[in-house]
Amino acid sequence: MDARRGSLPVPRVRQVGFFTPNAQPAPTRSQSGPPDSSSPPLSDSPASNSLSPVMIPPPRHHSDNLAAAPRPTSPLPVPEPSPFRRRGADNNNALLVGSYNPAETLLAMSPSSSHVGDGESEETMSGGWFRRSNSGKLASSLPSGTFDFSPVQSTAEALKPNKVQNPVGISEVSARPAPKEQQPEAPSSSKQPKPKLTKAERRALQESQRAAKAAAKAPGGGKSVAAPEEVATIKSVKQHQTQKKDAPQVAVSVAASERKGGDKSQEKERRKDAPAPRMQFDDKSRVEKAKRRSVVDQTEAKKRVELFRHLPQYEHGTQLADLESKFLQLDPMHPAIYKVGLQYLAGDISGGNARCIAMLQAFQQVVKDYSTPPEKTLPRDLTAKISSYVSFFTQCRPLSMSMGNAIRFLKNRIAKLSPSLSESESKSSICTDIDRFINEKIVLADRVIVQHASSKVKDGDVLLVYGSSCVVEMVLLHSHELGKQFRVIVVDSRPKLEGKALLRRLVAKGVHCTYTHINAVSYVMHEVTKVFLGASSVLSNGTVYSRVGTACVAMVAHAFRVPVIICCEAYKFHERVQLDSICSNELGDPDAIGKVPGRMDVNYLNDVSNSGNLQLLNLMYDATPADYVSMIVTDYGMIPPTSVPVIVREYRRDHLLI
Amino acid sequence: MPDVQALVNEFLNKLKKRKIEGSQATAKQTAELLRSVISQQRVPRTNQAGALIDAVRAIGEQLIVANPIELAVGNIVRRVLHIIREEDLSLTTAAVAELNLSTVSDDDDDGGGGDQDDRPVLSAAAVAAAARNTLRPPSLQMLLEGAPDFVAVPRSSSSGGDSEGKSKSMDRNSRTRKLKHDIIEAVNELIQDITTCHELIAEQAVEHIHQNEVILTLGSSKTVLEFLCAAKEKKRSFRVFVAEGAPRYQGHLLAKELVARGLQTTLITDSAVFAMISRVNMVIVGSHAVMANGGVIAPVGMNMVALAAQKHAVPFVVLAGSHKVILVYIGASTCRGPMLCPLYPHNPEVLLNELRSPSELLDFGEFSDCLDFGSGDGSPLLHVVNPTFDYVPPKAVSLFITDTGGHNPSYMYRLIADYYSADDLVVQRRHAAGN
Repeated sequence: MDARRGSLPVPRVRQVGFFTPNAQPAPTRSQSGPPDSSSPPLSDSPASNSLSPVMIPPPRHHSDNLAAAPRPTSPLPVPEPSPFRRRGADNNNALLVGSYNPAETLLAMSPSSSHVGDGESEETMSGGWFRRSNSGKLASSLPSGTFDFSPVQSTAEALKPNKVQNPVGISEVSARPAPKEQQPEAPSSSKQPKPKLTKAERRALQESQRAAKAAAKAPGGGKSVAAPEEVATIKSVKQHQTQKKDAPQVAVSVAASERKGGDKSQEKERRKDAPAPRMQFDDKSRVEKAKRRSVVDQTEAKKRVELFRHLPQYEHGTQLADLESKFLQLDPMHPAIYKVGLQYLAGDISGGNARCIAMLQAFQQVVKDYSTPPEKTLPRDLTAKISSYVSFFTQCRPLSMSMGNAIRFLKNRIAKLSPSLSESESKSSICTDIDRFINEKIVLADRVIVQHASSKVKDGDVLLVYGSSCVVEMVLLHSHELGKQFRVIVVDSRPKLEGKALLRRLVAKGVHCTYTHINAVSYVMHEVTKVFLGASSVLSNGTVYSRVGTACVAMVAHAFRVPVIICCEAYKFHERVQLDSICSNELGDPDAIGKVPGRMDVNYLNDVSNSGNLQLLNLMYDATPADYVSMIVTDYGMIPPTSVPVIVREYRRDHLLI
Repeated sequence: MPDVQALVNEFLNKLKKRKIEGSQATAKQTAELLRSVISQQRVPRTNQAGALIDAVRAIGEQLIVANPIELAVGNIVRRVLHIIREEDLSLTTAAVAELNLSTVSDDDDDGGGGDQDDRPVLSAAAVAAAARNTLRPPSLQMLLEGAPDFVAVPRSSSSGGDSEGKSKSMDRNSRTRKLKHDIIEAVNELIQDITTCHELIAEQAVEHIHQNEVILTLGSSKTVLEFLCAAKEKKRSFRVFVAEGAPRYQGHLLAKELVARGLQTTLITDSAVFAMISRVNMVIVGSHAVMANGGVIAPVGMNMVALAAQKHAVPFVVLAGSHKVILVYIGASTCRGPMLCPLYPHNPEVLLNELRSPSELLDFGEFSDCLDFGSGDGSPLLHVVNPTFDYVPPKAVSLFITDTGGHNPSYMYRLIADYYSADDLVVQRRHAAGN
């Protein structure tokens, strides 16, 4: 192979210069090195990806490509100390490339910037919102342990300036997402340098590609020998080309064709990214396997509900003490992870956002304390570590879909870390990514949702809310603060009775409230004008997956022709589909059903609770059909449930790449 | 009558304090009370039935006012009034028939001679049924032969004085005793029907429950319990989901009973009803009262269940005692014994409902600081709503199973005509309004 490589220096240049960034869309496969640099030139065909693992080159290429090569040639100043250093470099590269095709970069940037600006302008109207409700939320959702949650506070602090001096805040925030929005274009734009060639060069390229293909069939090694040469040629060619600046129309046509290629790879990536089927707990062999690995000692429930055999059904209340005793023995577990896991288990942290934030912050802590063991690379080792932590979390409590999305994002970021970065740089890059995810996908998204949703609250409204959703609570409090006159009906259900806490907070703020339980929902629905509900996840068939009982409330509202408004951040959208609440769900502690705290007279089940015929079923979630949902308020605006798949499809890469 | 008054007062107290739970118990006790009222009531020589009706009605009014939500009370009062009328009518008819036999020539000019010849052999029930025809729209036969209708109407409307005059020649004492005796017999039968109606309903269980069925129910109802157990005894194996019915948690009670009888029972929260209904074959519930339009007053939460069942096309079956031989009214069980109620609902969720103590939902101690938060105008910030009943519209009900068989909701008004006399409906309503 090396003979051919030697004879074909030009295609090699192409590959290194333009195809390495192309590896980015598919890094979830845990390609830690720059995998594609030695792949054949026609790497926009899917085949290239499969070839790449065979010929992993040393990281040198990458560093040359990303760090060394663009910098000297870059016409733009590199944003040096920015926390998004890596992105800065990418951005740089993209800009350099994009300068050949300004229209496209504009396209890539404009929606994002307009969107963010829009969110910001709205946010400026509600200056006081953030500190009040959000700090409250975080404080309540993250019960103060012995660990400090300084990251949360710091994010909160970081956002305060926005409120105090708006112009600065806007520019800051709007500046931030810009590179993020550009990122999705990276695969295509990275290939755009092709137009830099003259026609003769391209012909040479094609020929060489053909030759390379033929060469690929023959076994060969020694690519590393060729590497230094290549680097040299890259540099020279690049410099040569940047000075030259080829004809634009060629650029456009090639860019178009490249985009097609990019789409193909996207699709492939999408297919690969489709969620793996969940573990089915009626599959005995797999359960056994999982059990051997697990840290948490789960005893299976004696009385399992037949219909839900495919879901984990464990005895509750036994694991906590067990885990606490193991605290000092579990070497590989980071204390922050351990603590959050225990909090999940004990139910101290509940609610999609709170759980997600707690998990991400634990991961942040892990990353900060991480040091790459010898003989290992950071991306691989860290990903493996995080995977093991995730399985620990799963044992503590099944992950919500939003957490799955967040984990996917994090792994993606780690996999895409540029190998040129030092360990500390990589770590800080990951930490900032996590902060950004929390800020943009949760905190800012909530603000936008609150703005949208409170515009729907009118004077004289009677709003019905179910359970306790932090976004809905923010909407209510914000509307109240705007001086709107409305009443709230808090509907609650056993066994969690989360509505009580919400009721207490609302009454303390002076909101007129009515409290009732879910059975009485058709009694109170007569006077209700709007129903606001939160969601754990919105699936791509429009089904709203949320706290059990939400479907009942939505159904009754639908029957009484009351509009149902779902408030849900877009990061909770998921491409999974679901028709009922049986196939995938979470089961809570069954004993909570039999006992009614505070009611001494209700103790019928005390003496029969161990009878074999009695099963107690504590479902945690249910699926609300899309027909019952009038509108979903999300950070991308107010959409009908039919538009959920569109959001999932169009913005998903965004979620992953930020 | 002081002892009767004492009984009445005691019962009134119980009703006011809501000590009696469930329509079956209420129905039974009301009937027993009225029975003792009737037996103690001294009747005048003339117009005995009228005197009894007045006495029963006076007490009935008090009872209804004491607990206007417990429709069973009013129903039983109406039923007893109806019984008095029927018994009186049958006695009168018998007396008239006797007169006819002795003085045939007298009545011949009435024009309905052929018809009246049959009368003596008719039983009281048959006569009552014939008399009821006068309350109904005329049948085709009646329309064709105008005469019987013509004869019957004056009889029933003037039963008191007219027959009294005619029977003066008869020995009065025996007649007086006979009327009272018959009425008390009939009331006893009514009481027995009330106690046994769920057995009659339960007998039909096998016709509706098949092997491996999954049944959902909410709250607790003795009728439902008997119904399910009857199917179980017939070796059907099926599973039951019981929604607990917060905040009274009657579902726990039902689950306990079902488990004790060896049924596969799963207890779920009320909020999980929608999630589970897609795997349920049939919803079987008890009721508090059945309205004349086929709507159901049922424990709170039932409307939600009915809507979910409707959405998933799951049959929603209501067990309701109604009645059989004497056309007596039937109560069923706690939540429970459906009483057919001759009222048409107007906004029944509000008018026929009762709000229970908020302490079932919120702990006063826990929220004491919130409860007295007052806004500027003095109205409290926090309200707690804890209704007892739900109204299920007739279109959500697939089937009523009564002790007379299964009925469509649209047919229920017809049963009402069987069990109550039209006079009482009007009287009762006017009185209730007056009070």
